[in-house]
Amino acid sequence: MSTKASADALPTRRASRPAGRRGQPVKPTARQQGAATPWLFLAPYLLLFGGFVVLPAVLGVWISLHSWDYTLPLKPFVGLENYVSLFRPDSTVSGPFWGSMRATGIFTLFSVPLLLTIPLAVALLMSRKFPGRNFLRAIYFAPYVLGVAVVAVLWRYLLDNNIGLVNHYLGLLGLPDDTAWTTSTPAAWVALVGVTVWWTLGFNAVIYLAALQDIPIELYEAARVDGANAWQQFVHVTIPGLKPILSFITIITLLASANMFGQSYLMTQGGPGRETRTAIYQIAETGLRNFQMGSAAAMSYVLTLFLMAVSAFVFWIFREKKESTAKEARS
Amino acid sequence: MTKPRMSVRRRFAAATALGTAAILAVTGCSGGTPETAGEAFTGEYTGPEVELSFWNGFTGGDGPFMESMVEQFNTEHDNITVVSNTMQWVDFYQRLPAAVTAGEGPDVGVMHLDQLATNAARSVIVPLDDLAEELELTADDFTPEVWDAGVYNDARYGIPLDVHSLAMYYNTEHFAAAGITEPPVDAASFQEALDKLTAAGYETPFWMPTRWPSHLIDLSLLWQNGGEPFGEEEATFGSEAGITGLEWQRGIVEDGYSPSDVAIDSQYVAFKNGETSITWDGIWQINDLTQSGLPYGMAPVPTIGESEAVWANSHNFFLARQASADQNKTDAAKVFIAWMSEQSAEWAGSGMIPARQSVRDAGALDGLPQEPIAEQIDAMRFLPPIPGIGTVVSDTLEIAVADGVLGSTPPSDALTEAEGRATQLMEDNAASFGG
Repeated sequence: MSTKASADALPTRRASRPAGRRGQPVKPTARQQGAATPWLFLAPYLLLFGGFVVLPAVLGVWISLHSWDYTLPLKPFVGLENYVSLFRPDSTVSGPFWGSMRATGIFTLFSVPLLLTIPLAVALLMSRKFPGRNFLRAIYFAPYVLGVAVVAVLWRYLLDNNIGLVNHYLGLLGLPDDTAWTTSTPAAWVALVGVTVWWTLGFNAVIYLAALQDIPIELYEAARVDGANAWQQFVHVTIPGLKPILSFITIITLLASANMFGQSYLMTQGGPGRETRTAIYQIAETGLRNFQMGSAAAMSYVLTLFLMAVSAFVFWIFREKKESTAKEARS
Repeated sequence: MTKPRMSVRRRFAAATALGTAAILAVTGCSGGTPETAGEAFTGEYTGPEVELSFWNGFTGGDGPFMESMVEQFNTEHDNITVVSNTMQWVDFYQRLPAAVTAGEGPDVGVMHLDQLATNAARSVIVPLDDLAEELELTADDFTPEVWDAGVYNDARYGIPLDVHSLAMYYNTEHFAAAGITEPPVDAASFQEALDKLTAAGYETPFWMPTRWPSHLIDLSLLWQNGGEPFGEEEATFGSEAGITGLEWQRGIVEDGYSPSDVAIDSQYVAFKNGETSITWDGIWQINDLTQSGLPYGMAPVPTIGESEAVWANSHNFFLARQASADQNKTDAAKVFIAWMSEQSAEWAGSGMIPARQSVRDAGALDGLPQEPIAEQIDAMRFLPPIPGIGTVVSDTLEIAVADGVLGSTPPSDALTEAEGRATQLMEDNAASFGG
């Protein structure tokens, strides 16, 4: 990091040269400007970051230590009680909360692998040259531009087990046509994961596509000269070439899946029972419908800790593998 | 669609409201002390010109009626201009406390009866006793249940505009084909009607929803069986009366009169498409069904239990707490409420039943589809005025009823478990609202 910082200072000194033309000595001010300039450039973002990320996060900790209902004049300090009751089985919040954490876990577990592999397959197809390629690329990306409300309402009606088209066509194909896609598990999970994959695969596919185009064509040529077939080229050229982007995609997909809310809110209403009620759903219900902001804030921080742990784990996995390949690539 | 129907249309709007509420919650987290609605009401407003913001949730077929009444009020009152702000009810109940706490609340608004106590306890709304006195509104002109439920801690917070209940809608073509001449009124005739419809080829004549308004059906059956869903401090919907009701609902599915797993809203869509013959839904759907051109009739919900009873709710005018009191605005708002209450006959066109006996007696409902339902007004039952009751219901009873109708949990287990949780939540609420 230290070597990088000195390298970054170089352009700043260059940029300060025009100031010297106005008759000011170049060297003494350069250092002062160099110190303030990055902060000035960062200021607009830092203001937003501080105001909308850091401050709410700190305020959230403060709220989580209170019995906080913003409509009531008294917001008594309760210490860690909001956290303790999350771990006390006989409290009203712990059952639904851990149920919702489980739901989030199930959803993440099934959606992330699909959202990592299917978009890669799509990207590999789309990186080939064939007529109508741009049109197909647009088609695959199209669902992503729809809002969650549109997607969820659309699929809720399509998947309705009594009046929906999906079961109707399954019946025509001679398959079981009485699956309750939105009111029974595990079918509801299949529906939620399926809809989410359909909806967001375009985004990951675009990132993969960009990364694929960054892999030097010479590597493929060299591999072919060495007699590698298509599969071997994929394993030994494409996959290593994608590795830097893979950790990024994994993390954002993981976080997006763990934050799933709209799909279950609109398609299943958290049903059957509370089974598909995700953590964010439960937090929103607690904090914004029941106005128990203290408890909701505590839930948010427990969820945050989980997500930080999972993210750290993912980083660790990718770092282990990256070190060897990165060195090779650099040399 | 004037009730907070837990349909998708409302839900996705709610998702955006959550964000708004969150921001407002952060910016406006300083609470205030409750205040009354100013000095005694004089009945007229003679002050300078004022503009009143009027919040309501009439987004369905009732919206145009409210809008035309507001326009009429504005033309009749030179110095008062009422500006409506209409939003989905789900948004409404999240935005209102946030807006009032931030000092940006409306001057006047309409909310549901079962939300009055909650918002009174949060001091989002202020007492209106002087207005009720000045208007000479008394319990005599209203059903006692509607009138009494507007009182919290000995103060009146709402002036009822209408009542609206569940009703039975039926497809008249199906009924004619099945040879049913009179709408069923009790368990036996309802059963007979279902059998006749099945025999006439309508295989699933009565789709039993798992979600909205299934818990309202359950509440109606519970009251019919002589039960009460809530006591003062505890939930009692897991009583024998409630369990019998939910078992009957599940029985409709098990006996094949309804398909299983009826997902949200699909029973209503199926009814509109003529796929099912009977559905129980709110009277606020009248205009929607009439517009759809479906040949339908409506009748009171049959008495499946021992005595006549049906779930109902009521729209009530309220005054919101203001950051800085403006006596002129308060007086003007009271004039508005008084005028609307007197003109509630026109409101009947929206499908609602005017709350005032005198308005109904003057023939406001003559020839309207909800006329037969209004005759049942004394059998209408309302949730009690307990702060926080709305979210208790949605967090416990709704889920238990859904599980019971789905058949994933036996009705008695589902209700008993939810009842325990509801009681716990009510205790928590009582503690945070200071009893």
